[in-house]
Amino acid sequence: MKEELFVSGRNIPHIDPFLHLWTWEIPLYLFLGGLSAGILFFAGYFYVMHKERDMTVTIKWAPMLVPFLLVIGLGALFLDLHHKLYFWRLYTIIRLESPMSWGAWVLMAITPLSIIWAATYLKEVFPKWKWPFAWLDSFEAFAIKQRKAMAWALMLLSVILGVYTGILLSAFNARPLWNTSILGPLFLVSGFSTGLAAIVWMSKSKYERKVLTRIDLIFIFVELFFIIHMIMGLQAGSEAAIEASQLFLGGQFTVTFWVFVVLLGLLFPATLEILELRGYHVPGWLPSFLILLGGLIFRFVMMDAGQLTRYLY
Amino acid sequence: MRYAMAVDTKKCVGCGDCVVACQTENNVPHGYCRDWIVENVAGTYPKLEIELRSERCNHCENSPCVRCCPTGASHIVDGGIVLVTHDECIGCGACIESCPYDARYPHPEGYVDKCTFCVHRVSDGENPACVDVCPTSCLHFGDLDDPNSDVSKILKNREWKVLAPEAGTKPQLYFLT
Repeated sequence: MKEELFVSGRNIPHIDPFLHLWTWEIPLYLFLGGLSAGILFFAGYFYVMHKERDMTVTIKWAPMLVPFLLVIGLGALFLDLHHKLYFWRLYTIIRLESPMSWGAWVLMAITPLSIIWAATYLKEVFPKWKWPFAWLDSFEAFAIKQRKAMAWALMLLSVILGVYTGILLSAFNARPLWNTSILGPLFLVSGFSTGLAAIVWMSKSKYERKVLTRIDLIFIFVELFFIIHMIMGLQAGSEAAIEASQLFLGGQFTVTFWVFVVLLGLLFPATLEILELRGYHVPGWLPSFLILLGGLIFRFVMMDAGQLTRYLY
Repeated sequence: MRYAMAVDTKKCVGCGDCVVACQTENNVPHGYCRDWIVENVAGTYPKLEIELRSERCNHCENSPCVRCCPTGASHIVDGGIVLVTHDECIGCGACIESCPYDARYPHPEGYVDKCTFCVHRVSDGENPACVDVCPTSCLHFGDLDDPNSDVSKILKNREWKVLAPEAGTKPQLYFLT
């Protein structure tokens, strides 16, 4: 028997008996950040590949959503802060050791860039659009000329943003479930997969849907591989890591994780996508919806489960 | 200079005086604490062993909370004491997530708070409040770089352990066993 009690009656809100400081705000932001990263990466990629005509939703339409997604995500991050009026302190210093610091700076770069990218296509998407000031017209003309440079910057920054959503958690040595270096790549591919799902949902072009669905299938299988890899790594780790992985292997998150994330969020939509590529009629929104929902649940599960895990002493 | 504390688990009776002294000295809000007492019971009846530990921030040498702080509010001062500058802290909670000892908490005013080793007393040459008040004198505080300090001497003569050494944090709260 081993029993540990706080005899001095410690019951601090959000900390005891189990750490539950980060609730819905951070996982929602991680989801929106990954989704935005996915959309922006493929907008940049297909622009650089000269697919502006064939992939209109990927390059022009879907990025219109991103500024809104990022602003909602940033809003969630702001709500999570306990000392809200001091949030500007984030931008008085660059601390490379702290993932949250460079994540904040990457957001500072990618959010305006996504707004400018979307703005350069506003007139194409909404032909009646008029800028209220003349200088905005000249800025637009300038930005349109810089699209190629912006596309490269979007690709680079979106990979950093996607990886960062994972590294934010994996940098915490104190939470064994998160403390695995596969978490960065895992959140990156998961974010890209949700981004692709969102574009496919919006697109009506057969060609575009086919190209993106094929890429999405690759990402889904890489993600499944990373998930298995993560659990194997934890199982082969220290006692704290083994105990952490038990949350998914018989513990309290087993059903949520395997049914809602792996089965309904990855395997089932992947099957639907394969059927669609083979010519079967599948409701166009269904695989995308499931992938997006699975991605959201995945981040909530990782957040809640990770905070339950700790060193044992 | 390297401040450290040694807790004599053989002498601690778990009275909680250190907890109350800290709450009074540092104006800790109601319902919160910067130090606390853990009772660890191990073994099979009738061979049970009880260990009482007065715990607090470990003022780690390799402190994950300082590393992950995005604003630099968490920092280390002379003597290795880990502190939080309240008006630089945004209350993001990264340091709370990063602490293997769950030694930090969000203060109701928003910033993150924790044990300071009573830096305001220590810098005047006094002991932290918890050490001074302990009725069994089971808390020992001092400078590890000074071989004649209370804490150096007792760590030399007694067996001790630290919590979760595998976390690599190099904690400076020693438990005499």
